[in-house]
Amino acid sequence: MVRVDGGGNGSSLVRVRGLDKKYQRGSEEIHVLQGLNLDVEAGDFVAFMGPSGSGKTTLLNLLGGLDLPSAGTIVVAGDEITHLSGRKLTEWRARHVGFIFQMYNLIPVLTAFQNVELPLLLTKLSKAERRSHVEVALEVVGLKDRMRHFPRQLSGGQEQRVGIARAIVADPTFLLCDEPTGDLDRKSADEIMDLIDRLVREHRKTVLLVTHDPMAAGRAHVVLHLDKGVLVEGQRAGDRAGARS
Amino acid sequence: MKYSSLILSNLFRKKIRTLLTIGSFAVALFLFGLLAVVHGAFNQGVDIAGADRLVIINKVSIIQPLPVSYEERLLRIPGIKSATHANWFGGVYQDERNFFAQFAVEDESYRPMFPEFVISDDQWKAYMSDREGAIVGAELAKRFKWKLGDRIPIKGTIFQGTWDFNVRGIYQGKRAQDDAAQFWFHYKYLEERENPFWKGLVGWYTVKVANLDDSVRIAKQIDETFANSPWETKTDTEKAFAASFAKQAGNIGFLIMSIGAVVFFTLLLVTGNTMAIAVRERVRDLAVLKAVGFSDVFVLVLVLAESLLIAAIGGALGLGLAKLLTLSGDPTHGMLPFFYLSPQTIVAGFSVALVVGVVAGLLPAITAMKLNVVAALRRV
Repeated sequence: MVRVDGGGNGSSLVRVRGLDKKYQRGSEEIHVLQGLNLDVEAGDFVAFMGPSGSGKTTLLNLLGGLDLPSAGTIVVAGDEITHLSGRKLTEWRARHVGFIFQMYNLIPVLTAFQNVELPLLLTKLSKAERRSHVEVALEVVGLKDRMRHFPRQLSGGQEQRVGIARAIVADPTFLLCDEPTGDLDRKSADEIMDLIDRLVREHRKTVLLVTHDPMAAGRAHVVLHLDKGVLVEGQRAGDRAGARS
Repeated sequence: MKYSSLILSNLFRKKIRTLLTIGSFAVALFLFGLLAVVHGAFNQGVDIAGADRLVIINKVSIIQPLPVSYEERLLRIPGIKSATHANWFGGVYQDERNFFAQFAVEDESYRPMFPEFVISDDQWKAYMSDREGAIVGAELAKRFKWKLGDRIPIKGTIFQGTWDFNVRGIYQGKRAQDDAAQFWFHYKYLEERENPFWKGLVGWYTVKVANLDDSVRIAKQIDETFANSPWETKTDTEKAFAASFAKQAGNIGFLIMSIGAVVFFTLLLVTGNTMAIAVRERVRDLAVLKAVGFSDVFVLVLVLAESLLIAAIGGALGLGLAKLLTLSGDPTHGMLPFFYLSPQTIVAGFSVALVVGVVAGLLPAITAMKLNVVAALRRV
């Protein structure tokens, strides 16, 4: 169960306590996150919403080990990542995090297959094993027949599917999605959210999603609002269902 | 290698730019190869000179002769194993452009003095039994399509009249860089036909010493032996003699070093700029690599590997072309008999190319290594 009051038990997959992030812009100090607490359990699907500049992406970057907090702790699957060295953090990311970006961020000179294979190059898997993993991941996102295509030969929705395949291919502990539908039309966005939904339901993936899109956020088990550096719990899926009935 | 597709795909992201950079390396290394060949051609005589041989010339100048009677006196000096002599003939075959060196040599002692020139006993015997016989180098025979038995007329410039020779032997150099473009004939033929002024005179002597360590002492002793005579001598090791000969053409080494340094410095700037642009263009891609778990060091090596690959392909191409060009031998037909790109030069050139590749790629690679993932992913 997702909690923001710092009262979660020790079984949480993600446990954040007193998270602070400050930036220095010239002489001005910007306090983006202030004493933030969060508990996420395995298999949870959490959406973060909030106005631009509220710190959603910053929070995601901190949870993904791309950035370091000014204060506070982040513990993921028992590993406290806030004090890891740069090299250790990189290794940790490779094992635990699958990133899905708004702009897909596929490498344009690599085929869909090669893009998905990237995280597996860091493992000790053989070429045949890598191939098998990549094919499964592309099959999950419905693009096995496009594995030899380059990103420029794919639509935006298909590119994002390849991005999702890349995120799940190494079977990470959790997926961090930074506005994955932000650059897509409604139909493609729905398809991508269907896919993420399926990853949670059928593959028991833990997903943390940042979005501006209420429809995308509506797919999550719980929506958290980030405003002025503080997390506020919004509606839970059960509440929304109750409200609709 | 599992990362090869990543390196190659990035390398050929901008095909024309990569090919032009490879082309820059190829041109630079081709030039390096040719300059090294020219430098070697002027200095190869120094490198391959017999370490145990001394050359004795007239103290005034090499064009002044020495008496043939010196040979016996030289052989009496302790430490000298053997001695031979030769004369520069300086004739013209058909046309002045057909330059090659012709030597009137002492029959018995010349062949054993220069074991690097290999000739069969049968041919040597045929040469010895023909007063007008000549031995020619294999390259010379190839150049003029001469074969055994051919009659070669050479017009004298120092020694007047037309001189006819019969090709009785063709020698080969033991090493690729040995000069196989000489023309030898009997000193006796020269002496018998020439006017009395030249009788009993030779151009220079070459002596072989029994012990290398005695070379300096023997050279000094030779010059002292003939001091205060009408024909004073100047004795040097064959290496020093060849070096002083090479220096007459000017400081070719310095010239070539200067040109080479400018070329490689320019290449460094061109490649460095190319790699810097290549890194700037794919900041996002590099950030994504880091985000999915590739280390900073991996990104550094990735960029360096691309730079190295450009250098290796371009370097191999340039040196390969230079080698191909030099395979046909001396393009000046005799002025640069040692026109040869040695394996050592190829290795040196390739090493320089790789060093330039690493240095040029280092700064962009460090930039890529230090790339901040969060900031890079924010860029549109």
